[in-house]
Amino acid sequence: MTDYVIEVSGVSKSYGGVVANHEVSMQVPVGKITGLIGPNGSGKTTLFNSIVGYHPIDQGSIKFKGQEISNLRVPQIARLGLLRTFQQTRIYSNMNCIDNMLISVPTRNMTFRGMFGERDAKATMDEVDHLLDFVGLYGKRRLRSGDLSFGQQKLLEFAMALMNKPEVLLLDEPTAGINPTLINGLIDRLRRANEEFGITLLVIEHNMRVIMNMAESIYCLAHGEMLAHGAPEDIQNDQRVIDAYLGAH
Amino acid sequence: MNKNFSMKLHFPLLVFGIAAPLVFPALQYQIATLWIMVLFALTWDVMGGQMGYNSLGNILFFGIGMYASALMQIGQFADIAAFTAARGAIVIHYTDAQYYQGLVLGILCSGFVASACAFALGWTVFGLRGPYFAIGTLGMALAAGELMGTWEWVGGGSGIAMPVFPGSSEAKGLTFYYLSFAAAILTFAALQWIYKTRFGLAINAIRDDEEKAEAMGIHTLRYKSFAWAISAFFLGISGALFGNIVGYIEPLEVAFPTVTFGIFMVAMTLLGGKGTLWGPVLGAILFHTVKEATWTYFLGWQWVALGVLIIINVVFFQQGIMGWLMDKFPEKFGIVVEDKGAGK
Repeated sequence: MTDYVIEVSGVSKSYGGVVANHEVSMQVPVGKITGLIGPNGSGKTTLFNSIVGYHPIDQGSIKFKGQEISNLRVPQIARLGLLRTFQQTRIYSNMNCIDNMLISVPTRNMTFRGMFGERDAKATMDEVDHLLDFVGLYGKRRLRSGDLSFGQQKLLEFAMALMNKPEVLLLDEPTAGINPTLINGLIDRLRRANEEFGITLLVIEHNMRVIMNMAESIYCLAHGEMLAHGAPEDIQNDQRVIDAYLGAH
Repeated sequence: MNKNFSMKLHFPLLVFGIAAPLVFPALQYQIATLWIMVLFALTWDVMGGQMGYNSLGNILFFGIGMYASALMQIGQFADIAAFTAARGAIVIHYTDAQYYQGLVLGILCSGFVASACAFALGWTVFGLRGPYFAIGTLGMALAAGELMGTWEWVGGGSGIAMPVFPGSSEAKGLTFYYLSFAAAILTFAALQWIYKTRFGLAINAIRDDEEKAEAMGIHTLRYKSFAWAISAFFLGISGALFGNIVGYIEPLEVAFPTVTFGIFMVAMTLLGGKGTLWGPVLGAILFHTVKEATWTYFLGWQWVALGVLIIINVVFFQQGIMGWLMDKFPEKFGIVVEDKGAGK
């Protein structure tokens, strides 16, 4: 039997009259890479936002390690160890890469003294250097992060997420807008993050080559409903998934 | 911040600050005000520059500090209600010891009361973002002045006479000059330290992307409240000092001068370069010098001159003095590409 770190059951979310998610259920097994695909507007990001507490859900339940989190707020969920990256990359653009990394340390047990504590202890700096090297940004670590290219910002955001030592990382289109050469490097790093750091990944991805290579199981959303779930090869051959992508109804 | 640059400014400013009232006794009051202006700009920058929350109502804490100190200084030795109701008919004679005891406690009390108010108010206004926060805080400061004017216990619109300094007016001038200078140095040193801790990074992160900061699990409200409370603490102290310098406090012109001091603190910070440690200091010095010079030599044109300065700043020079320097000489501020060790 598999352990599930995230269990979504029967979650619905509407924006006004638009039903973005309708009774969606999914399970993310611990320590694995799970993919989430679907055509544009199928409700993937809405589901992400629901999981991380960005907005309240209309009905259903979301559990993280057995704990109900659908009533918690974004920072509380993040402190439990469930972190997300954004589709439109978000970094602290006026700060340099080192500072971006330093402020991303885990905040689970932040005390009053910690708030005014030392920011760049030796151990923390070693970790920053290691992770910036891991994503290939070591040489640019003193530059304003806003001056980095889009792809580099994406890598920085990923490194920041790793700095936070999450148990689960939700990645919203990690390869969107990144050039093909860099994509291979990124896939490799995502895999290594999963294997070396033991982080469970849930990845939204439009690039089929990427997700089919990476994920062990894939969920497919269409029109706000969970359409299919299975191993990559099953999903690739699932007629309903093909129809959804090609526009057949 | 570049260390050499910092040291080059520290020393001459310190020497100037200590020697100024002795070398330029005629300008003592103006220079004392300059240090209070420096304090204003530094504290405004905590929120406006470092955290990205443009408060137009920070003068609120200046006024609160001023009143807190007045009540503390008088209330220890007299009945406040009777004193204010008498409208100056009661003259309290303080002994020297009473005066200084009141002053010290008053200054301390002003900082803590202002901080406490910032905490309480922060809980309500930090739900506002961007221009709404600016307008919300502006409304608070304006309302505070009006409300104080109707509160008879603290003297209402006719205000409160502060205890009279026991000594010559020269001695009073010197005492409050050095207290103002010390307050500015204390503020600078405290902020310099705070910006180097985790706290500095956190409020910068909130400035750059608050939603991201929340998504990373940062306790944003806690940091924002503390940031405001810290700037309120020093503003409160400056209010206590200024109230004693003026000697008579009333709500609209002295305690809550929203359209003068309240706006100056914003203008000075923008001029010097917001979000930097030295920017507010340089901005305050330049702004105050221009202001005093035009007041002296172009009376009648002083507001025009300040307006021109602000317009030039906002239209052509938005990054301010320090921002411009950082753009021009990034390597001096440690913004460099280092290839050493890359790809190892």
